[in-house]
Amino acid sequence: MRAICLYLHMHQPIRYREYSAFDISNDTNYYNGEYNGRQSNERIFKKVTDKSYRPMLALIERNIKKHPDFKVSLSITGTWLEQAMRWEPELIAVIKRLVDTGKVEIVGETYYHSLAYFYNLDEFTAQVKMHAEKIQQLFGVKPKVFRNTELAYNDSLAKWADENGYKGILAEGWDKILDWRSPNHVYKPYGCDNIKLLLKNYRLSDDIAFRFSNRNWSEWPLTVPKYIDWLNMDCLRGNLVNLFMDFETFGEHQWEDTGIFSFMEEFIDAWLSTYENKFVTVSEACDLMPAADEISMPHTITWADMERDLSAWLSNPMQTSVMQDLYNLRNNVLASNNMDLISDWRYLTTSDHPYAMCTKYWNDGDVHAYFSAYASPYESFMYFMNVLRDIEYRIGNDNKK
Amino acid sequence: MLGWELPPHNSGGLGVACLNMARALSKEGADIDFVLPYSAKHPNATFMNILAATNLDPIYRNGGGAYDSFYVEEKVIPDNLKNSYVSIRDIQKKYCDYVGQYLVDHKPDVIHAHDWLTYEAGVLAKKEYNIPLIAHVHATEYDRSGMQVGNPLIHEIEYEGLMMADRIIAVSEITKRIIHEKYHIPLKKIDVVYNSLDENYEAEKYLFDTKTYKYIESLKASGYTIISTVGRFTIQKGLKNFVQAAALALSKNPKLLFILAGDGEERNELIALAAELGIAKNVIFTGFIRGRKLRDIYSISDIFVMSSISEPFGLTALEAAHHGDALILTKQSGVSEIIWSAMKYDFWDEAKLADEILAIANNPALKKSLTDNIKNEYRQFSWNQVAKKCLRIYNKTTTKKRY
Repeated sequence: MRAICLYLHMHQPIRYREYSAFDISNDTNYYNGEYNGRQSNERIFKKVTDKSYRPMLALIERNIKKHPDFKVSLSITGTWLEQAMRWEPELIAVIKRLVDTGKVEIVGETYYHSLAYFYNLDEFTAQVKMHAEKIQQLFGVKPKVFRNTELAYNDSLAKWADENGYKGILAEGWDKILDWRSPNHVYKPYGCDNIKLLLKNYRLSDDIAFRFSNRNWSEWPLTVPKYIDWLNMDCLRGNLVNLFMDFETFGEHQWEDTGIFSFMEEFIDAWLSTYENKFVTVSEACDLMPAADEISMPHTITWADMERDLSAWLSNPMQTSVMQDLYNLRNNVLASNNMDLISDWRYLTTSDHPYAMCTKYWNDGDVHAYFSAYASPYESFMYFMNVLRDIEYRIGNDNKK
Repeated sequence: MLGWELPPHNSGGLGVACLNMARALSKEGADIDFVLPYSAKHPNATFMNILAATNLDPIYRNGGGAYDSFYVEEKVIPDNLKNSYVSIRDIQKKYCDYVGQYLVDHKPDVIHAHDWLTYEAGVLAKKEYNIPLIAHVHATEYDRSGMQVGNPLIHEIEYEGLMMADRIIAVSEITKRIIHEKYHIPLKKIDVVYNSLDENYEAEKYLFDTKTYKYIESLKASGYTIISTVGRFTIQKGLKNFVQAAALALSKNPKLLFILAGDGEERNELIALAAELGIAKNVIFTGFIRGRKLRDIYSISDIFVMSSISEPFGLTALEAAHHGDALILTKQSGVSEIIWSAMKYDFWDEAKLADEILAIANNPALKKSLTDNIKNEYRQFSWNQVAKKCLRIYNKTTTKKRY
């Protein structure tokens, strides 16, 4: 059998608005910007729903009905679920129907899509628990496989997931770690007994996620027969191809007019037309075969950029200082027992915020700039700090009461 | 090349830009005759041939008019020979006559004219001798008047120069847009060539003299953030918005000191405004400064603000960045088109400027990111690139490809 494990990540941050220094101590509305503004969560969520969530979920549902062997795994953040419930509740209903078929698996992660694991383990476990509870409440299932924000992975995280009963964990299948080994096997994380490690086949994933519509790419246009050929070749080095990507690849990163939806539709048909080919969910992938080897990643590896590290989130002084200041407030925020304050603080832990402060490529005005909700990394830092100062102010006020 | 000033006899950025551009062009192999409206020695400019159109003292080249556009016809400049007074217009006429005479026995490949003061001479060369004309726009009358009406006579001269020119060089996209929208010149006739930082700026081993501004230094030591702006105090520079923003920022953080370096017609108004807002203690007016003292202002400052309502380029921002300042630029400045590592705002948005000042003053991490990152940016611009672009533009106007 040859299996594709298609895993799609669904996330929208809750963006803070252009919160001025003059709002501090006067206004606690951080997250509801003007509808037409750059940071309008409602406008952006509705836009991406129209372009991506609705049509792609429909495509998945259609193919699940059509092909008994089509399966998908989804990771859905808490901030995505909150916004969907508020503005596009029918998306939740569609996902519930999908989960009920038994062919769509939900992956566990932090509720707020945060990097809490690297700052505060208590906060991290609290957010993972919150997420699991939300998934249970909405879809009636318990996540069995774990993915950390941005696929940020290291040995100690694997250990944590092992101890917390997960049967699998996801990571980037990066050459520098794998060396001669292929990502198309199931592995065992270093020093763990039960948990399995699934590695992203980044070449075949990125052919779709990043290169699909790039006309400067020598392989453009990517046709289904060509892609199936590549898959056949790749299966020679292992029978499990892990295609991990953002859900928004379909319709938002690659627009409908690039042909991404028809490609996907055709591709599912074509792959399943061969008898031995299957799709598997992440849990099924873990059970597919015994671990081929043990893999160690002492340093954190992510699925981002050429460096595959956390430098897009945590390298410049703005990024490191906001995260430090943010997590330094945690004990006081929790001690307030003020639920609004706690959730306002937790929205700030979302990794998209320090990402918007990344200056690595800012001068080239590339992908980081394109996806940012702020005019510059410096402005996103400025407004973040203003919000954080107001939160600090509210803690002080709470203590006085 | 037709210009109005060269260092050391310059009052602003135009002379510096002309000198650097000419030097770089000469390195690329261009032979340059540079016509000036006054007679003086220019020890920095030996690589080209400098021609004096009049025997006037350089001190008077802007007398009553070049920047103060409503007085161009006032006779306030003493004429050495006749013991009488002449106006800027009179000097321009002499300048034209001189260029006309020069062309009788010289045949340049191209005439490169800088700003309205020299356009008439350029147009004359074009009309009488059919020499390709490049009009280089460092500023238009709209910029100088803060996007108000300005002097119709100057508009007329600018319009004729821009219409007659074979090619137009604008110092930024903003300037290109103004030339297109206000003077109705087709966009395809206009090229954008950004200025650069003086190449000697880096070469000089300049050490900040902490003794120049001892008082400011002591405030800094006690935790003050120093915010400065440099320029002529005219409506173009948007300084009233700057002072209003200063008051807003001070209401949140009293440890801010604002320095306004320069002089101009708005000075008294600005001083009165600061007093009225109750922030006079936190605003320092230095008067006109240049050279070492100006560099010391850059060095002592933490933040440099370019508050212009309309700024064709804004070289002072690059100078300030070179001295380690974090930059805040209006989106209406040309320099903001090519600088990424800066805070930006619309010139009227006083609250946002105040926000940005407070953010840099209150967050060392932001200041460090801005100042670290901008160093990698401005070093990429050079006058060599400017010269190469100019030569390409010259080639568009002439059939014999000389360069």
